[in-house]
Amino acid sequence: MSYKKPIPVPQGESDYYWEKAKEEELWLRKCNECQEAYFYPRDISPCCFSKDTSWIQASGRAKLFTYGIVHRAPHAGFVDDVPFVTAIVQLEEGPKMATNIVIDDPTPEKLQIDMPLEVVFDSITDEITLPKFKPE
Amino acid sequence: MTDLRKTVAIVGVDESDEIGKVPNKSNLQHHAEAAHNALQDAGLSMKNVNGLFTAGTSTLNLAEYLGIEPSFTDTTAVGGSSFIIHIAHAMAAINAGYCDVALVTHGEAGRSARSRAGGNDSDPGPQFEVPYGYIGAPINYAVAARRYMHQYGEDRVRQGMAEVAIATRKWAQLNPKAYMKDDMSFDDYHDSRWISWPFHLFDCCLVTDAGGAYVITSAERAKDAKKKPVWVLGAAESHDHNMISQMPDLTRTVAKNTGPAAMQRAGVTHDDIDLAMIYDSFTYTVLTTLESLGYCGPGEAPDFVANQRTAPGGDFAMNTSGGGLSYTHSGMYGMFLVLEAVRQLRGECGQRQIKDPKLCLINGTGGSLSSTGTTILAVD
Repeated sequence: MSYKKPIPVPQGESDYYWEKAKEEELWLRKCNECQEAYFYPRDISPCCFSKDTSWIQASGRAKLFTYGIVHRAPHAGFVDDVPFVTAIVQLEEGPKMATNIVIDDPTPEKLQIDMPLEVVFDSITDEITLPKFKPE
Repeated sequence: MTDLRKTVAIVGVDESDEIGKVPNKSNLQHHAEAAHNALQDAGLSMKNVNGLFTAGTSTLNLAEYLGIEPSFTDTTAVGGSSFIIHIAHAMAAINAGYCDVALVTHGEAGRSARSRAGGNDSDPGPQFEVPYGYIGAPINYAVAARRYMHQYGEDRVRQGMAEVAIATRKWAQLNPKAYMKDDMSFDDYHDSRWISWPFHLFDCCLVTDAGGAYVITSAERAKDAKKKPVWVLGAAESHDHNMISQMPDLTRTVAKNTGPAAMQRAGVTHDDIDLAMIYDSFTYTVLTTLESLGYCGPGEAPDFVANQRTAPGGDFAMNTSGGGLSYTHSGMYGMFLVLEAVRQLRGECGQRQIKDPKLCLINGTGGSLSSTGTTILAVD
Protein backbone atom coordinates (compact mmCIF):
# COMPACT_ATOMS: atom_id res chain seq x y z
CA MET A 1 0.00 0.00 0.00
CA SER A 2 1.56 3.26 -1.03
CA TYR A 3 1.13 6.45 0.92
CA LYS A 4 -0.67 9.03 -1.24
CA LYS A 5 -0.43 12.21 0.85
CA PRO A 6 2.35 14.81 0.65
CA ILE A 7 5.47 13.60 2.45
CA PRO A 8 7.85 16.00 4.23
CA VAL A 9 11.34 16.36 2.82
CA PRO A 10 13.72 16.89 5.77
CA GLN A 11 16.25 19.69 5.46
CA GLY A 12 19.61 20.11 7.13
CA GLU A 13 18.24 21.99 10.11
CA SER A 14 15.23 19.69 10.54
CA ASP A 15 16.96 16.29 10.08
CA TYR A 16 17.18 15.82 13.85
CA TYR A 17 13.48 16.61 14.33
CA TRP A 18 12.49 13.92 11.82
CA GLU A 19 15.03 11.39 13.13
CA LYS A 20 13.62 11.79 16.63
CA ALA A 21 10.02 11.59 15.37
CA LYS A 22 10.93 8.24 13.83
CA GLU A 23 11.97 7.15 17.34
CA GLU A 24 8.57 8.40 18.57
CA GLU A 25 9.95 11.45 20.34
CA LEU A 26 9.03 15.09 19.81
CA TRP A 27 11.95 17.50 19.96
CA LEU A 28 12.01 21.30 19.80
CA ARG A 29 14.62 23.99 19.40
CA LYS A 30 15.24 26.30 22.31
CA CYS A 31 16.90 29.72 22.35
CA ASN A 32 19.55 29.84 25.05
CA GLU A 33 19.46 33.65 25.21
CA CYS A 34 15.82 34.02 26.24
CA GLN A 35 15.17 30.35 27.16
CA GLU A 36 12.13 30.20 24.85
CA ALA A 37 11.35 27.01 23.00
CA TYR A 38 10.21 27.55 19.41
CA PHE A 39 8.69 25.74 16.49
CA TYR A 40 9.53 24.98 13.67
CA PRO A 41 13.22 24.07 14.02
CA ARG A 42 15.67 26.71 12.86
CA ASP A 43 19.39 26.91 13.64
CA ILE A 44 19.05 30.63 14.38
CA SER A 45 16.27 31.49 16.81
CA PRO A 46 13.40 33.71 15.60
CA CYS A 47 12.99 35.35 19.04
CA CYS A 48 16.52 36.75 19.54
CA PHE A 49 18.03 35.88 16.15
CA SER A 50 20.66 34.04 18.15
CA LYS A 51 22.89 31.15 17.09
CA ASP A 52 23.07 30.02 20.72
CA THR A 53 20.33 27.40 20.51
CA SER A 54 19.85 23.79 21.58
CA TRP A 55 17.48 20.85 21.11
CA ILE A 56 15.11 19.84 23.92
CA GLN A 57 12.70 16.94 24.16
CA ALA A 58 9.06 17.99 24.46
CA SER A 59 6.80 16.31 27.02
CA GLY A 60 4.29 15.49 24.30
CA ARG A 61 1.50 17.16 26.26
CA ALA A 62 -0.46 19.93 24.57
CA LYS A 63 -3.75 21.81 24.54
CA LEU A 64 -6.08 22.26 21.61
CA PHE A 65 -5.66 25.89 20.51
CA THR A 66 -7.94 25.79 17.47
CA TYR A 67 -9.05 23.44 14.71
CA GLY A 68 -11.13 22.91 11.60
CA ILE A 69 -13.00 19.84 10.42
CA VAL A 70 -12.21 19.21 6.77
CA HIS A 71 -15.17 17.87 4.78
CA ARG A 72 -13.92 18.53 1.26
CA ALA A 73 -10.61 16.76 0.61
CA PRO A 74 -8.00 19.28 -0.56
CA HIS A 75 -5.85 16.63 -2.28
CA ALA A 76 -6.46 13.13 -3.68
CA GLY A 77 -4.51 11.57 -0.81
CA PHE A 78 -7.07 12.77 1.75
CA VAL A 79 -10.25 11.55 0.04
CA ASP A 80 -10.66 8.53 2.33
CA ASP A 81 -9.95 10.60 5.45
CA VAL A 82 -12.75 13.17 5.38
CA PRO A 83 -13.99 14.38 7.72
CA PHE A 84 -10.66 14.88 9.46
CA VAL A 85 -9.33 17.44 11.91
CA THR A 86 -6.68 20.03 11.12
CA ALA A 87 -5.56 21.57 14.39
CA ILE A 88 -3.14 24.00 15.91
CA VAL A 89 -2.00 22.74 19.30
CA GLN A 90 -0.08 24.59 21.96
CA LEU A 91 2.67 22.43 23.40
CA GLU A 92 3.32 22.42 27.14
CA GLU A 93 6.67 24.11 26.37
CA GLY A 94 4.85 27.04 24.70
CA PRO A 95 5.20 26.78 20.92
CA LYS A 96 2.25 26.09 18.65
CA MET A 97 2.31 23.59 15.82
CA ALA A 98 -0.01 22.43 13.06
CA THR A 99 -1.10 18.81 13.30
CA ASN A 100 -4.06 16.43 13.11
CA ILE A 101 -6.22 15.30 16.01
CA VAL A 102 -6.69 11.53 15.78
CA ILE A 103 -10.35 10.98 16.66
CA ASP A 104 -13.20 8.95 15.15
CA ASP A 105 -16.12 10.82 13.54
CA PRO A 106 -15.01 14.32 14.56
CA THR A 107 -17.65 16.86 15.57
CA PRO A 108 -17.35 20.27 17.24
CA GLU A 109 -18.86 18.71 20.39
CA LYS A 110 -15.94 16.29 20.68
CA LEU A 111 -13.38 19.02 20.18
CA GLN A 112 -13.26 21.56 22.98
CA ILE A 113 -10.74 24.40 22.79
CA ASP A 114 -8.07 23.94 25.51
CA MET A 115 -8.81 20.21 25.91
CA PRO A 116 -5.68 18.27 26.93
CA LEU A 117 -3.93 16.25 24.25
CA GLU A 118 -0.98 13.94 23.97
CA VAL A 119 1.32 13.22 21.08
CA VAL A 120 1.01 10.03 19.05
CA PHE A 121 3.22 8.99 16.16
CA ASP A 122 2.08 7.99 12.69
CA SER A 123 4.77 6.19 10.72
CA ILE A 124 3.93 7.02 7.10
CA THR A 125 7.09 5.75 5.33
CA ASP A 126 10.31 4.01 6.33
CA GLU A 127 11.86 7.46 6.74
CA ILE A 128 9.09 9.69 8.01
CA THR A 129 6.90 9.59 11.11
CA LEU A 130 4.38 12.40 11.66
CA PRO A 131 3.68 13.61 15.20
CA LYS A 132 -0.09 13.84 15.69
CA PHE A 133 -2.23 14.34 18.78
CA LYS A 134 -5.13 12.58 20.48
CA PRO A 135 -7.30 13.49 23.46
CA GLU A 136 -5.55 12.58 26.71
CA MET B 1 7.87 60.85 5.35
CA THR B 2 7.35 62.69 2.07
CA ASP B 3 3.77 63.77 1.44
CA LEU B 4 2.80 61.82 -1.69
CA ARG B 5 -0.92 62.60 -1.68
CA LYS B 6 -2.32 63.05 -5.19
CA THR B 7 1.06 62.66 -6.86
CA VAL B 8 -0.26 59.68 -8.84
CA ALA B 9 -3.67 58.61 -10.12
CA ILE B 10 -5.33 55.49 -11.46
CA VAL B 11 -6.51 56.39 -14.96
CA GLY B 12 -7.63 53.08 -16.43
CA VAL B 13 -9.21 49.85 -15.19
CA ASP B 14 -10.89 46.78 -16.68
CA GLU B 15 -11.38 43.04 -16.56
CA SER B 16 -10.34 40.56 -19.24
CA ASP B 17 -12.85 40.12 -22.09
CA GLU B 18 -14.84 37.37 -20.35
CA ILE B 19 -14.75 36.33 -16.73
CA GLY B 20 -16.41 33.52 -14.78
CA LYS B 21 -16.08 30.18 -16.53
CA VAL B 22 -13.75 30.67 -19.47
CA PRO B 23 -12.33 27.38 -20.75
CA ASN B 24 -9.31 27.46 -23.08
CA LYS B 25 -7.82 30.76 -21.97
CA SER B 26 -4.48 30.78 -20.20
CA ASN B 27 -3.49 32.96 -17.28
CA LEU B 28 -1.41 35.19 -19.55
CA GLN B 29 -4.31 35.67 -21.96
CA HIS B 30 -6.36 37.05 -19.11
CA HIS B 31 -3.47 39.38 -18.20
CA ALA B 32 -3.13 40.62 -21.76
CA GLU B 33 -6.83 41.17 -22.43
CA ALA B 34 -7.24 43.06 -19.17
CA ALA B 35 -4.15 45.17 -19.97
CA HIS B 36 -5.52 45.95 -23.42
CA ASN B 37 -8.87 46.99 -22.00
CA ALA B 38 -7.47 49.03 -19.11
CA LEU B 39 -5.14 50.95 -21.43
CA GLN B 40 -8.08 51.68 -23.71
CA ASP B 41 -10.04 52.94 -20.69
CA ALA B 42 -7.07 55.23 -19.92
CA GLY B 43 -6.66 56.47 -23.47
CA LEU B 44 -3.09 55.16 -23.48
CA SER B 45 -1.30 52.46 -25.47
CA MET B 46 1.16 49.72 -24.56
CA LYS B 47 3.89 51.94 -26.09
CA ASN B 48 3.39 54.36 -23.17
CA VAL B 49 3.91 51.70 -20.51
CA ASN B 50 7.31 51.77 -18.83
CA GLY B 51 6.52 50.32 -15.39
CA LEU B 52 5.25 46.74 -15.11
CA PHE B 53 3.83 45.05 -12.02
CA THR B 54 2.26 41.67 -11.42
CA ALA B 55 2.02 38.69 -9.07
CA GLY B 56 1.42 35.01 -9.78
CA THR B 57 3.81 35.01 -12.73
CA SER B 58 7.08 36.85 -13.16
CA THR B 59 7.13 40.20 -14.94
CA LEU B 60 9.83 38.49 -17.07
CA ASN B 61 7.19 36.17 -18.46
CA LEU B 62 4.58 38.90 -18.69
CA ALA B 63 6.74 41.56 -20.39
CA GLU B 64 7.87 39.09 -23.04
CA TYR B 65 4.25 38.12 -23.74
CA LEU B 66 3.17 41.78 -23.91
CA GLY B 67 6.21 42.75 -25.99
CA ILE B 68 7.60 45.52 -23.79
CA GLU B 69 10.89 46.47 -22.12
CA PRO B 70 9.94 48.11 -18.84
CA SER B 71 12.26 50.56 -17.09
CA PHE B 72 10.76 49.53 -13.76
CA THR B 73 9.78 45.95 -12.94
CA ASP B 74 8.13 44.55 -9.80
CA THR B 75 6.91 40.99 -9.16
CA THR B 76 6.00 41.50 -5.52
CA ALA B 77 3.90 38.39 -4.84
CA VAL B 78 2.48 38.16 -1.33
CA GLY B 79 -0.88 36.63 -2.22
CA GLY B 80 -4.11 38.30 -3.24
CA SER B 81 -3.17 41.58 -1.56
CA SER B 82 -0.25 42.03 -3.99
CA PHE B 83 -2.24 44.16 -6.41
CA ILE B 84 -3.14 46.61 -3.64
CA ILE B 85 0.50 46.77 -2.57
CA HIS B 86 1.52 47.42 -6.20
CA ILE B 87 -0.32 50.75 -5.97
CA ALA B 88 2.10 51.86 -3.24
CA HIS B 89 5.10 50.57 -5.17
CA ALA B 90 3.99 52.33 -8.34
CA MET B 91 3.50 55.52 -6.35
CA ALA B 92 7.09 55.31 -5.10
CA ALA B 93 8.54 54.41 -8.50
CA ILE B 94 6.71 57.19 -10.33
CA ASN B 95 7.73 59.75 -7.73
CA ALA B 96 11.35 58.58 -8.00
CA GLY B 97 11.20 59.00 -11.77
CA TYR B 98 11.77 55.33 -12.61
CA CYS B 99 8.61 55.21 -14.72
CA ASP B 100 5.60 57.37 -15.46
CA VAL B 101 3.00 54.94 -16.82
CA ALA B 102 2.67 51.87 -14.63
CA LEU B 103 0.63 48.87 -15.73
CA VAL B 104 -0.50 46.36 -13.11
CA THR B 105 -2.07 43.14 -14.35
CA HIS B 106 -3.61 39.95 -13.03
CA GLY B 107 -4.84 36.83 -14.80
CA GLU B 108 -5.76 33.47 -13.41
CA ALA B 109 -7.74 30.63 -14.91
CA GLY B 110 -8.58 29.55 -11.39
CA ARG B 111 -11.61 27.50 -12.39
CA SER B 112 -10.54 26.00 -15.68
CA ALA B 113 -6.79 25.52 -15.24
CA ARG B 114 -6.84 24.58 -11.57
CA SER B 115 -3.11 25.16 -11.55
CA ARG B 116 -1.56 27.04 -8.67
CA ALA B 117 2.09 27.93 -8.36
CA GLY B 118 3.85 24.97 -6.78
CA GLY B 119 5.65 25.26 -3.46
CA ASN B 120 9.28 24.53 -2.79
CA ASP B 121 9.78 21.30 -0.83
CA SER B 122 12.52 22.89 1.24
CA ASP B 123 10.18 25.55 2.64
CA PRO B 124 8.69 25.05 6.12
CA GLY B 125 5.10 24.66 4.87
CA PRO B 126 5.68 21.40 2.96
CA GLN B 127 7.34 19.94 6.05
CA PHE B 128 5.19 21.16 8.90
CA GLU B 129 1.70 21.93 7.57
CA VAL B 130 0.99 20.36 4.18
CA PRO B 131 1.49 16.72 5.32
CA TYR B 132 -1.39 17.23 7.77
CA GLY B 133 -3.75 18.38 5.04
CA TYR B 134 -3.24 22.12 5.42
CA ILE B 135 -3.72 22.61 1.70
CA GLY B 136 -5.67 25.55 0.32
CA ALA B 137 -7.26 28.60 1.82
CA PRO B 138 -10.54 27.09 3.16
CA ILE B 139 -8.58 24.85 5.52
CA ASN B 140 -6.08 27.48 6.61
CA TYR B 141 -8.66 30.19 7.25
CA ALA B 142 -11.04 27.81 9.03
CA VAL B 143 -8.74 27.32 12.00
CA ALA B 144 -8.47 31.10 12.41
CA ALA B 145 -12.25 31.48 12.28
CA ARG B 146 -12.68 28.72 14.87
CA ARG B 147 -10.34 30.52 17.28
CA TYR B 148 -12.25 33.78 16.76
CA MET B 149 -15.53 31.95 17.51
CA HIS B 150 -14.01 30.57 20.70
CA GLN B 151 -13.02 34.05 21.86
CA TYR B 152 -16.17 35.92 20.85
CA GLY B 153 -19.05 33.43 20.83
CA GLU B 154 -19.92 30.88 18.18
CA ASP B 155 -23.57 31.82 17.58
CA ARG B 156 -23.07 35.55 17.17
CA VAL B 157 -20.01 35.03 14.96
CA ARG B 158 -21.96 32.57 12.82
CA GLN B 159 -24.70 35.17 12.44
CA GLY B 160 -22.12 37.80 11.43
CA MET B 161 -20.67 35.48 8.81
CA ALA B 162 -24.16 34.84 7.41
CA GLU B 163 -24.88 38.59 7.28
CA VAL B 164 -21.75 39.16 5.18
CA ALA B 165 -22.51 36.31 2.76
CA ILE B 166 -26.07 37.47 2.16
CA ALA B 167 -25.34 41.21 1.95
CA THR B 168 -22.57 40.53 -0.57
CA ARG B 169 -24.88 38.37 -2.70
CA LYS B 170 -27.39 41.23 -2.84
CA TRP B 171 -24.70 43.49 -4.33
CA ALA B 172 -23.80 40.79 -6.88
CA GLN B 173 -27.41 40.77 -8.04
CA LEU B 174 -26.84 44.38 -9.16
CA ASN B 175 -23.63 43.61 -11.08
CA PRO B 176 -24.08 42.21 -14.61
CA LYS B 177 -20.57 40.70 -14.46
CA ALA B 178 -21.18 38.76 -11.25
CA TYR B 179 -20.91 34.97 -11.32
CA MET B 180 -23.41 34.09 -8.56
CA LYS B 181 -26.70 35.99 -8.62
CA ASP B 182 -29.27 33.57 -7.18
CA ASP B 183 -31.20 34.77 -4.14
CA MET B 184 -29.60 33.65 -0.87
CA SER B 185 -31.65 33.47 2.33
CA PHE B 186 -30.33 32.88 5.84
CA ASP B 187 -31.66 29.32 5.56
CA ASP B 188 -29.78 28.84 2.28
CA TYR B 189 -26.62 29.99 4.04
CA HIS B 190 -27.05 27.67 7.03
CA ASP B 191 -28.07 24.74 4.82
CA SER B 192 -25.10 25.01 2.47
CA ARG B 193 -22.68 22.13 2.78
CA TRP B 194 -19.62 22.07 4.98
CA ILE B 195 -16.32 22.68 3.23
CA SER B 196 -14.05 22.97 6.22
CA TRP B 197 -15.94 23.46 9.46
CA PRO B 198 -16.69 26.19 10.59
CA PHE B 199 -16.99 27.21 6.92
CA HIS B 200 -20.09 26.45 4.91
CA LEU B 201 -19.83 26.61 1.13
CA PHE B 202 -21.32 30.12 1.34
CA ASP B 203 -18.55 31.30 3.64
CA CYS B 204 -16.05 30.65 0.86
CA CYS B 205 -15.14 32.77 -2.14
CA LEU B 206 -15.77 31.58 -5.67
CA VAL B 207 -13.21 29.96 -7.92
CA THR B 208 -13.49 31.61 -11.34
CA ASP B 209 -11.40 32.47 -14.38
CA ALA B 210 -10.67 36.17 -14.63
CA GLY B 211 -8.13 38.86 -15.35
CA GLY B 212 -7.96 42.50 -14.37
CA ALA B 213 -5.63 45.43 -14.86
CA TYR B 214 -5.21 49.06 -13.95
CA VAL B 215 -2.98 51.88 -15.12
CA ILE B 216 -1.37 54.39 -12.74
CA THR B 217 0.37 57.51 -13.89
CA SER B 218 1.82 60.79 -12.64
CA ALA B 219 -0.42 63.72 -11.74
CA GLU B 220 1.01 65.52 -14.76
CA ARG B 221 -0.02 62.81 -17.23
CA ALA B 222 -3.29 62.13 -15.43
CA LYS B 223 -4.52 65.56 -16.51
CA ASP B 224 -4.70 64.30 -20.10
CA ALA B 225 -6.46 61.04 -19.28
CA LYS B 226 -9.79 60.20 -20.89
CA LYS B 227 -11.63 59.95 -17.59
CA LYS B 228 -11.41 61.73 -14.28
CA PRO B 229 -8.30 60.73 -12.34
CA VAL B 230 -8.74 58.61 -9.24
CA TRP B 231 -6.07 59.90 -6.89
CA VAL B 232 -3.99 57.78 -4.56
CA LEU B 233 -3.97 59.51 -1.18
CA GLY B 234 -2.07 57.02 0.94
CA ALA B 235 -1.00 53.41 1.11
CA ALA B 236 0.68 50.95 3.46
CA GLU B 237 1.68 47.27 3.45
CA SER B 238 2.91 44.55 5.79
CA HIS B 239 2.92 40.83 6.64
CA ASP B 240 3.52 38.94 9.87
CA HIS B 241 3.66 35.21 8.98
CA ASN B 242 3.31 32.77 6.11
CA MET B 243 1.99 29.50 7.61
CA ILE B 244 -1.30 29.87 9.47
CA SER B 245 0.13 28.01 12.48
CA GLN B 246 2.70 30.80 12.82
CA MET B 247 0.17 33.65 12.84
CA PRO B 248 0.82 35.71 15.99
CA ASP B 249 -2.90 36.35 16.64
CA LEU B 250 -5.40 34.35 14.58
CA THR B 251 -8.07 37.01 15.21
CA ARG B 252 -6.15 40.08 13.95
CA THR B 253 -4.40 40.73 10.66
CA VAL B 254 -1.65 43.26 9.98
CA ALA B 255 -4.39 45.56 8.72
CA LYS B 256 -4.10 46.72 12.34
CA ASN B 257 -0.92 48.47 11.15
CA THR B 258 -1.55 49.11 7.47
CA GLY B 259 -5.03 50.60 8.03
CA PRO B 260 -3.94 53.36 10.43
CA ALA B 261 -0.73 54.00 8.44
CA ALA B 262 -2.57 54.39 5.12
CA MET B 263 -5.18 56.68 6.69
CA GLN B 264 -2.53 58.79 8.36
CA ARG B 265 -0.57 59.15 5.10
CA ALA B 266 -3.83 60.06 3.35
CA GLY B 267 -4.78 62.55 6.07
CA VAL B 268 -8.21 60.98 6.58
CA THR B 269 -10.11 59.15 9.33
CA HIS B 270 -12.73 56.40 9.26
CA ASP B 271 -15.56 58.95 9.24
CA ASP B 272 -14.30 60.57 6.03
CA ILE B 273 -14.49 57.34 4.01
CA ASP B 274 -17.58 56.75 1.85
CA LEU B 275 -17.11 53.11 0.95
CA ALA B 276 -14.84 50.18 1.68
CA MET B 277 -13.52 47.35 -0.45
CA ILE B 278 -12.56 44.58 1.97
CA TYR B 279 -11.03 41.40 0.55
CA ASP B 280 -13.67 38.72 1.20
CA SER B 281 -11.85 35.47 0.58
CA PHE B 282 -14.11 34.18 3.35
CA THR B 283 -16.87 35.77 5.38
CA TYR B 284 -14.52 35.57 8.34
CA THR B 285 -11.85 37.59 6.50
CA VAL B 286 -14.27 40.53 6.45
CA LEU B 287 -15.00 40.32 10.19
CA THR B 288 -11.37 40.21 11.26
CA THR B 289 -10.39 42.88 8.74
CA LEU B 290 -13.05 45.39 9.84
CA GLU B 291 -11.76 45.03 13.41
CA SER B 292 -8.11 45.14 12.43
CA LEU B 293 -8.72 48.32 10.43
CA GLY B 294 -10.28 49.90 13.51
CA TYR B 295 -13.86 50.18 12.26
CA CYS B 296 -14.84 48.46 15.51
CA GLY B 297 -13.19 46.81 18.47
CA PRO B 298 -12.01 43.19 18.81
CA GLY B 299 -14.99 40.83 18.68
CA GLU B 300 -17.42 43.60 17.65
CA ALA B 301 -17.58 42.94 13.90
CA PRO B 302 -20.61 40.61 14.12
CA ASP B 303 -22.53 43.55 15.61
CA PHE B 304 -21.02 46.00 13.13
CA VAL B 305 -22.40 44.05 10.13
CA ALA B 306 -25.72 43.12 11.79
CA ASN B 307 -29.11 43.74 10.14
CA GLN B 308 -27.67 43.75 6.62
CA ARG B 309 -25.80 46.97 7.29
CA THR B 310 -23.38 46.28 4.41
CA ALA B 311 -26.09 45.36 1.87
CA PRO B 312 -27.49 47.72 -0.79
CA GLY B 313 -29.36 50.46 1.07
CA GLY B 314 -27.42 49.84 4.29
CA ASP B 315 -25.37 52.60 5.88
CA PHE B 316 -21.95 50.96 5.38
CA ALA B 317 -21.26 50.44 1.68
CA MET B 318 -18.85 47.54 1.26
CA ASN B 319 -17.85 45.20 -1.57
CA THR B 320 -20.39 46.69 -3.94
CA SER B 321 -19.26 44.47 -6.85
CA GLY B 322 -20.56 41.39 -5.06
CA GLY B 323 -17.05 40.62 -3.84
CA GLY B 324 -14.98 37.49 -4.01
CA LEU B 325 -17.95 35.69 -2.47
CA SER B 326 -20.36 36.31 -5.36
CA TYR B 327 -18.88 38.43 -8.21
CA THR B 328 -15.59 36.80 -9.12
CA HIS B 329 -12.56 35.25 -7.43
CA SER B 330 -9.87 33.85 -9.66
CA GLY B 331 -7.39 33.06 -6.91
CA MET B 332 -5.64 36.35 -6.17
CA TYR B 333 -8.67 38.60 -6.01
CA GLY B 334 -7.10 41.90 -4.85
CA MET B 335 -7.02 43.31 -8.37
CA PHE B 336 -10.82 43.39 -8.51
CA LEU B 337 -11.08 45.49 -5.35
CA VAL B 338 -9.21 48.22 -7.23
CA LEU B 339 -11.44 47.94 -10.29
CA GLU B 340 -14.62 48.37 -8.25
CA ALA B 341 -13.20 51.21 -6.14
CA VAL B 342 -12.23 53.18 -9.26
CA ARG B 343 -15.58 52.57 -10.96
CA GLN B 344 -17.52 53.66 -7.89
CA LEU B 345 -15.44 56.83 -7.52
CA ARG B 346 -15.97 57.61 -11.22
CA GLY B 347 -19.71 56.99 -10.89
CA GLU B 348 -19.80 54.14 -13.43
CA CYS B 349 -21.58 51.47 -11.41
CA GLY B 350 -25.12 51.73 -12.73
CA GLN B 351 -27.69 50.07 -10.48
CA ARG B 352 -25.21 49.51 -7.69
CA GLN B 353 -23.71 53.03 -7.76
CA ILE B 354 -23.24 54.70 -4.37
CA LYS B 355 -24.33 58.32 -4.33
CA ASP B 356 -21.39 60.62 -5.09
CA PRO B 357 -18.58 58.90 -3.20
CA LYS B 358 -15.34 60.85 -2.76
CA LEU B 359 -13.16 58.51 -0.72
CA CYS B 360 -12.73 54.74 -0.82
CA LEU B 361 -10.65 52.50 1.43
CA ILE B 362 -9.30 49.28 -0.07
CA ASN B 363 -7.86 46.51 2.05
CA GLY B 364 -6.34 43.45 0.40
CA THR B 365 -5.42 40.33 2.34
CA GLY B 366 -3.02 37.70 1.01
CA GLY B 367 -1.64 34.27 1.82
CA SER B 368 -3.17 32.72 4.94
CA LEU B 369 -4.31 36.03 6.47
CA SER B 370 -0.59 36.77 6.09
CA SER B 371 -0.21 40.06 4.24
CA THR B 372 -2.30 43.19 3.91
CA GLY B 373 -2.18 46.28 1.77
CA THR B 374 -4.41 49.24 2.54
CA THR B 375 -4.91 52.09 0.08
CA ILE B 376 -7.06 55.21 0.17
CA LEU B 377 -8.36 56.47 -3.19
CA ALA B 378 -10.16 59.74 -3.87
CA VAL B 379 -11.75 61.86 -6.57
CA ASP B 380 -11.92 65.66 -6.65
